[in-house]
Amino acid sequence: MESNRRKFLKVAGISALGIAGAKPVLNAFASEQEEEAQHADVEIRKNEKALTARQWAMVIDTRKLQSEEDLKPIIEACHKTHNVPDVMDTENAEYDEDNQRHVIKWIWEEEYKHAFPTKSTEFLDDRLKNLPFLVLCNHCENPPCVRVCPTKATFKREDGIVLMDFHRCIGCRFCMAACPYGSRSFNFRDPREFIKDEDRNPEFPTRMKGVVEKCNFCAERLAVGKQPACVEASNGAIAFGDLYDPESEVRQLLKSNYTIRRKQGLGTGPAIYYIV
Amino acid sequence: MLELTVKGSKKYFGWMALVLGVIGIGFCVYVWQLISGLQITGMSRDVSWGFYIAQLTFLVGVAASAVMLVIPHYLHNYKAFGRITILGEFLAIASVTMCLLFVIVDLGQPMRLFNVILHPTPGSVLFWDMVVLNGYLFLNLIIGWNVLEAERNQVPPPGWVKPLIYLSVPWAVSIHTVTAFLYCGLPGRGYWLTAILAPRFLSSAFAAGPSLLVLLCLLIRKISKFDPGKEQIQSLAKIITYAIILNVFFFFCELFVVFYSQIPEHMDHFKYLFTGLHGHGVLVPWMWASLGLMIFSIIMLVIPSVRKNETTLAIACIAVFAGTWIDKGMGMISGGFVPNPLHHVNEYVPTVPELVITIGVYGIGVLILTALFKMAISIKEEVAA
Ligand code: SF4
Ligand code: SF4
Repeated sequence: MESNRRKFLKVAGISALGIAGAKPVLNAFASEQEEEAQHADVEIRKNEKALTARQWAMVIDTRKLQSEEDLKPIIEACHKTHNVPDVMDTENAEYDEDNQRHVIKWIWEEEYKHAFPTKSTEFLDDRLKNLPFLVLCNHCENPPCVRVCPTKATFKREDGIVLMDFHRCIGCRFCMAACPYGSRSFNFRDPREFIKDEDRNPEFPTRMKGVVEKCNFCAERLAVGKQPACVEASNGAIAFGDLYDPESEVRQLLKSNYTIRRKQGLGTGPAIYYIV
Repeated sequence: MLELTVKGSKKYFGWMALVLGVIGIGFCVYVWQLISGLQITGMSRDVSWGFYIAQLTFLVGVAASAVMLVIPHYLHNYKAFGRITILGEFLAIASVTMCLLFVIVDLGQPMRLFNVILHPTPGSVLFWDMVVLNGYLFLNLIIGWNVLEAERNQVPPPGWVKPLIYLSVPWAVSIHTVTAFLYCGLPGRGYWLTAILAPRFLSSAFAAGPSLLVLLCLLIRKISKFDPGKEQIQSLAKIITYAIILNVFFFFCELFVVFYSQIPEHMDHFKYLFTGLHGHGVLVPWMWASLGLMIFSIIMLVIPSVRKNETTLAIACIAVFAGTWIDKGMGMISGGFVPNPLHHVNEYVPTVPELVITIGVYGIGVLILTALFKMAISIKEEVAA
């Protein structure tokens, strides 16, 4: 079972199988495969509509994201889709100011000087100084988080996505120390206390306490031919595609625009590019 | 030989009961942590390792320092250490056990611990840390047990133990080197990203471990009929002197590189620790105290008359131990996490439950150490009688 689940994660990129009755996910397969899944050595095939790549990458056009208002729906779309708990929800009975230490975030907003601490200067132009930047896991081409994980719970898929197996993670948090972008969050407490039933997306698993999580580049959506949730919600400000396909949208944008990446000098090969 | 650990005076049992009580309290709080998660600690998204991992780091050093007795005794045939090498090895056993426990109490999902073995990942330094720590534990158990048994029977230890003893020398160095590699190979953590980290760890370990041993020897002489010996204590004192001087020297090498190169990502952590950063600096007095204690101990230890006087030597040893403990057990880990990779300053302070669990783990170490030392000393008394 263990290795089957993992193969499944790798090939199809769906981590929703963990919850019982994840019907919509199974629908992604042809019906006879659904039956086959009952048997021991099931062959896992990709959905015909699944999007594939050698290295998925993103280009964020910051010219099109002027204010906090522009970022909000993007962040919300991601966090809703992936059942990311809002531990700072003041209406929740468990709310406490101290919860700040335990926030879970997959994609969030930072000022330029925090998103690019090594590129910042005192004399930054006014636009950049006040511009909110979206930051998320960079799905690095050479990811240190994968290197350090003692259980391979964090691993790099053949399409470049740095994915997590929430069922294997032992919560040692080595990956959090290794990530130079602060992209990872740890469930210091049970996240389910902060997910209202009516808000929960049944197509994606909720997590348990004691494991690490982060952006998964919407692997579960790519598997059924959809673009990532943030890309869909961005009104064209975020482009997504294969870095090694010269025809892809991201390559077209990279060809015609000057872009920067976060802490490029560390050799991690971040796959999120910013047009500034 | 184990029977010797269940025979003893009222005082011995009273002490063991007290330690068990402390462990019990720690265990209860640990159960609370299991139920409600690591939220009861002071750790956060930004400072994701805290007191537990810091204690692990410090204690790996104490464990490794047994080699400071093994090398003179077995490689240089320094007979005097024959009397106390077993104490060093038993101290190592207690320390490594605590290390392993600190790893476990730090895990978010301890029930899945065996995933490390089920899915071995040679690319991960944590995997190797588990391998070398467990290996070192077994090496010392086998060596310590056999050497002591031979001493009891007044025969030389079996021949096959010798290769294991030789193996334990590089192995001891490896446990602390691998522990340093946990930190110093991470991009973007400027405080740890330095090749001097492993040497610094080793030097501070070789000062802290023997200091603790000197204090334990003085205590043993007071409460038992076994005298570890004046010469032995003086030899340890010389080892401590060299090691603590090296440790401070390595630290200044690091300071020079960081502050002469003026690279901000490396400087900021030192600034945070020693002067405070953007108005945050809970550790500032501690770090200065640590440096002060180490320098104070060097001044004491290099003066022969002070070193030779066992009372002043004890004070110097306390200073060495406290100084190196603050440096590694408090500053080393949280210092690396503040400021965070995005240059936000969020500080870490351990919580009371976290400290109680920590003390509980130390309690287990003390329990093991007391039992093992009791065994060794009883045998030494027996042989002498
Ligand atoms: S951004 Fe961090 S978590 Fe994401 S792949 Fe890179 S190192 Fe790993
Ligand atoms: S916390 Fe989980 S994902 Fe991260 S290194 Fe440890 S086992 Fe791997």
